[in-house]
Amino acid sequence: MPTVELRFTPLPAHVRTARLVAVSLARRAGVDEHSLDEVRLAVGEAASRAVGRHAASCPTEPVLVRLTDGGDAFVAEVVDVAGDNDVDHLHDLPGADDDPALDLFGDDLSSGVELAVIGGLVEDLRVAHTSVGTAVTMTWPAVSPVRSPGVSQAAVPGAAFGHTPPSA
Amino acid sequence: MDLSLSSRTDGDKTVVEVGGEIDVYTAPKLRERIVELVESGSYNLVIDMERVEFLDSTGLGVLVGGLKRVRAHDGSLRLVCTQDRILKIFRITGLTKVFPIHDSVDDAVAAQS
Repeated sequence: MPTVELRFTPLPAHVRTARLVAVSLARRAGVDEHSLDEVRLAVGEAASRAVGRHAASCPTEPVLVRLTDGGDAFVAEVVDVAGDNDVDHLHDLPGADDDPALDLFGDDLSSGVELAVIGGLVEDLRVAHTSVGTAVTMTWPAVSPVRSPGVSQAAVPGAAFGHTPPSA
Repeated sequence: MDLSLSSRTDGDKTVVEVGGEIDVYTAPKLRERIVELVESGSYNLVIDMERVEFLDSTGLGVLVGGLKRVRAHDGSLRLVCTQDRILKIFRITGLTKVFPIHDSVDDAVAAQS
């Protein structure tokens, strides 16, 4: 399965890069155009969360985003190695009442609701918490794959890309 | 795309026009602008988001923070947005019931504070 891995220093500026790469590869993999906004937002939320966790506990460790074209599905995996301290969990958002929705958000720039937003966006979502960190795996069906040889690599300062070609 | 910000007074409101992407990288700029406005006595804000191309939960957090700040002064924070892809995250988080969301700046400015 063609896979692109993106490892980046946990800086907020690189979250946008992760979003752009994810959407580009999701489009190539054949994810429905209407779902690309979900890919953009969900991968961005997961990457923001990982960057925040790394910045707090292991700022020199890169965040990993692994994007896989599985033929009939596109898989985005965002992995942090920030341990299990202060880990947030998937929970339901309030939806109805005013104050609970307001109280979800603190006054700092870490919203803490990233996983909940992803849960509201992505039907096929797996969140694995371990002592090492968290792996957030999101899957979207591919409906009209765009097949072309090779995957171009982009040069982004502070980021590294790896492309694994499909096995023969 | 980076974040663009401009603000102007319209009636008893201060309209902040926001463009580009509001995410974990750019949200501090928006928060800084809102804090400056509130500290300078602008307690009735209209955030025009029609030119926003992306908004994540970090941006939502900044807007919620702004709402709490103006409420502390009996003020208001109204949003202008008609883009469904931006409104979606407000619906997911239940914040459509927290923020007054208008179709146009004129509507938001005309609304009673």
